[in-house]
Amino acid sequence: MALDKIGIAKRIAQEIKDGMYINLGIGIPTLVANYIPDKLEVVLQSENGLLGIGRFPFEEDVEADLINAGKQTVSMLPGSSLFNSAESFGMIRGGHIDLTILGAMEVSENGDIANWKIPGKMVKGMGGAMDLVAAAKNIIVAMQHKSKSGKSKLLPSCTLPLTGTKCVRKIVTDMAVLNVLDSGGFQLIERAPGVSVEEIKEATAGKLIVEGDIPEMNI
Amino acid sequence: MINKVVKNAQEAVSDIQSGSVLMLGGFGLCGIPENCIHAILELGIENLTCISNNAGVDDFGIGLMLQKKQVKKMVSSYVGENAEFERQLLSGELEVELLPQGTLAERIRAGGAGIPAFFTPAGYGTEVAEGKEVREFDGKMYLMEKWLRADFAIVKAWKGDTAGNLIYKGTARNFNPMMAAAGKITIAEVEELLPAGELGPNEIHTPGVYVQRIFEGVGYEKRIEKRTVTSKN
Repeated sequence: MALDKIGIAKRIAQEIKDGMYINLGIGIPTLVANYIPDKLEVVLQSENGLLGIGRFPFEEDVEADLINAGKQTVSMLPGSSLFNSAESFGMIRGGHIDLTILGAMEVSENGDIANWKIPGKMVKGMGGAMDLVAAAKNIIVAMQHKSKSGKSKLLPSCTLPLTGTKCVRKIVTDMAVLNVLDSGGFQLIERAPGVSVEEIKEATAGKLIVEGDIPEMNI
Repeated sequence: MINKVVKNAQEAVSDIQSGSVLMLGGFGLCGIPENCIHAILELGIENLTCISNNAGVDDFGIGLMLQKKQVKKMVSSYVGENAEFERQLLSGELEVELLPQGTLAERIRAGGAGIPAFFTPAGYGTEVAEGKEVREFDGKMYLMEKWLRADFAIVKAWKGDTAGNLIYKGTARNFNPMMAAAGKITIAEVEELLPAGELGPNEIHTPGVYVQRIFEGVGYEKRIEKRTVTSKN
């Protein structure tokens, strides 16, 4: 059975290592924070100027001047720091953030990503996504394998306006975990519980590389 | 010493003309100059170019200026949560330049710091790169982006003093410090205005040199876009 959003978030949480500085995008990536093992110490960055995002505040501690990049009210953990937007993106472009997790509408087999615009339909803007994908050392995409209309989101090349080129390293979908190879192609690493390689092949429009037995995810 | 203190928002914005280029601080509705936005609405000027990370929501912040059709062009990174904005954009009434958020922040910083252009990797290979110079450094491709400056930069701080020094609170800092430096005239509205000497020099985020006008704002609503809480149970 394909994973739900929480399943995707739980699987991505397994990629997190002790000591990482991490930027989580809006949507499924935000959920990842709930499944980071307690024994790991990581620091979450919010690009509007906060390192050390804590849980949502208790009702009486809600502070309009303390939000995350998704505009949600948050709290700060001990050791937090605050800074301006130029400094925030300096630390992003400067390569100081170890891991970026973000959503996507399309990913291509050479690692291009599209997630900010549907011409004629939706224009919300790229926010910080272009800066993040241009510079993060490691980028994991969290998304559904297929669109709501059933079309594959893993493509030979993106059809929507790009957010960045050759930057995605790993994709976790409701059906599979895949690496994007430097030489091009989606290398199948793991299957969602009960999802067959055949089903993943059918749902992947781009070049899928399957070598040997593909284990099920352990979540 | 020149007196920087003005009575209120009305006095601070009174000489802004139609057609001006404005910078407005804030991220979402966090750290926006609420008093000055209301004064600009009353002033009724139009054809404004607004440089601001977001465009408010339909009934608050810059969204109110859009409703009154005071804005000719927006320069922003993210404009979701605003139906009127999207309508004016898709109908062609409003000109919009969308930029990567870090590029927007750095262009403003560059404007205040006297750096006419710089190279950034953000947007390479995307439509943001159209018409921009591309150059390779150490094997990686970068876009040339130019500085942004404004006729008026309008910022919001937590505390300020009569010398124009500013301290921001929490994530309400965001774009405000860079904008303060990038305005020909910078207007700061603060929640608490103190005599010079009352703020600790070690704590100052924006040195007073950048600020030409300052006043203590009134009636801050500080609207929250997404109130998320943890239950104690």
